[in-house]
Amino acid sequence: MKSTIYYKTKNIIVNSLIHLFLLSVAITCLYPLLWMVSSSLKTQEAIFKDVSFIPHQFHFGNYLRAWQEGGFGGNFLNSIIYSVCVVFGIVIISSMAAYAFSRFRFPGRNILFIMFMAAMMIPIPGSFVALYVLLNKLHLRNTPIGYILCMINVGLSTSIFLLKTFFDKMPKELEDAARIDGCSKIGIWRHVALPLAKPVLAVVVVFNALNVWNEYILALIIFDSRKYMPLQVALQTFQGEFVTNYPLLMAGLTITALPIIIVYLLMQKYIVKGVTAGAIVG
Amino acid sequence: MKFKATLENYMFVLPAVVIFSIFYVIPFIWVFQLGMFDWDGILPTKIFVGLENFKEIFLQDPSWWQAMRNAGYITLIALTFQNALAFLLALACDREIRLKNFYRVVFFIPPVLSEIVVGMAWRFIINDIDGANIINRTLMNLGLGNFAHNWLSDPKTALTTVALVHSWKGFGWGFLIFLAGLQTIPRELYESARVDGANAWQSFRKITIPLMVPVIVLVAILTILGTMQAFVLIIGLVGGELAGHTSVPVLRILASMRGSSRFGYACAQGITFGLVLVIISFIQYRFSKRARQI
Repeated sequence: MKSTIYYKTKNIIVNSLIHLFLLSVAITCLYPLLWMVSSSLKTQEAIFKDVSFIPHQFHFGNYLRAWQEGGFGGNFLNSIIYSVCVVFGIVIISSMAAYAFSRFRFPGRNILFIMFMAAMMIPIPGSFVALYVLLNKLHLRNTPIGYILCMINVGLSTSIFLLKTFFDKMPKELEDAARIDGCSKIGIWRHVALPLAKPVLAVVVVFNALNVWNEYILALIIFDSRKYMPLQVALQTFQGEFVTNYPLLMAGLTITALPIIIVYLLMQKYIVKGVTAGAIVG
Repeated sequence: MKFKATLENYMFVLPAVVIFSIFYVIPFIWVFQLGMFDWDGILPTKIFVGLENFKEIFLQDPSWWQAMRNAGYITLIALTFQNALAFLLALACDREIRLKNFYRVVFFIPPVLSEIVVGMAWRFIINDIDGANIINRTLMNLGLGNFAHNWLSDPKTALTTVALVHSWKGFGWGFLIFLAGLQTIPRELYESARVDGANAWQSFRKITIPLMVPVIVLVAILTILGTMQAFVLIIGLVGGELAGHTSVPVLRILASMRGSSRFGYACAQGITFGLVLVIISFIQYRFSKRARQI
């Protein structure tokens, strides 16, 4: 019979090894990001010489320069506008469609729903080529509205799926009561279904906002003018113009990454739900 | 009255269907059409070439197949290294352990960042300059200065570096799904196994693994589909293709379209690649069905 002390020491050793493993991976995750922030606060010369983790002097002016001289302020605003418009559009359009797919009977209902679901599963890697041609024909290329419509389409399928699954499980009693009180279909959707769907709408909002903020390829092919570009694409032009100015580039990267990290830390629960739901869909 | 009700129902799905038809269905059809034409994207005249584009891809485009191999290599590392790491971390977190939430939050930070930010930040760290190059500096401090070099511009190490950065960005996602899967396994199973005298390895082998097979297959499928199509990270890391050493299929499609203005050829490449992906997921689907039967 081995003593309890044996088991206790064994436990402590095993636990410390596990923590060592987890901690080293966690540091590997954080270090590059902290290094990015730290470098954004140094001067160009210091980046080559001062290899300390915490800068000797904090040059917050880099952020102001990236914002103004680098033109990052405008691109930041673009990213915000695109995210807000796309998310708003997706919430309205997909919740209406999902509600109809869940509650109403009409010819072609199943076919339409299957079409949306199939779009999630069939990869078409060359679609951006055709999308470019299409937007050119519609005179929507290099316009914010063209980009917003494309991005609404990107988020539709997953959002419809999430919302329909939710509506399917939602009890119908409240809606029935509203109908008896003389509420119209659109009124029930707006005043009964949507408020009840708040938890899943939060997932839809956060998930899509993240998607739009991080989107790159469509923005790259749609926009020629710097003034319309969101942050992700502007970073590239920025890198070209300020090729040697690393602190400014790092400041730009930090400006781009920070909103996402803040939203993530505040809305973790919803993002995690969106990711696991997205995985189940695929 | 009935007609009016049906019309009202259609109004609910109309906006979604219109946007979907214009921005998904039409481009989808056009990709297949354009794939059979020779067109520079500007001139009104398109020359019909039938299956010539596909013939060229299969017979005269070594750079395409090089890109395919590169994507396969990155995917292989993601499947093995990245997913194994994710699984181990999930196992380590699937217990009463302190700081569990901290780890969970931190591991998922890289996946929420954009590929451009991750690519550019890593490029700055490992390639651009000696002073800020953490990896090289560590090597020098360890007395292994001989190994320090430009990881991203050396053709020998460029692709592996890309694959490792990709794994850095991706493992947290697999971790989260594995952890969710592990937490659905009833604790009682482990308890009764222990009462029956099973050691940790035995209950891992006989309980955890069999119950996790569907999740493992799911993560594998999504890893393959996602990694094969990844390319933005490479743009951030090396600014595109490094003389073919870091090129992947989607970058080739982009190059055909923007670089050589061959829209038809780009679409043909897209179709070829799409078919490869569909075949892969079909094989995986069949495989997962059989795995579930075991």
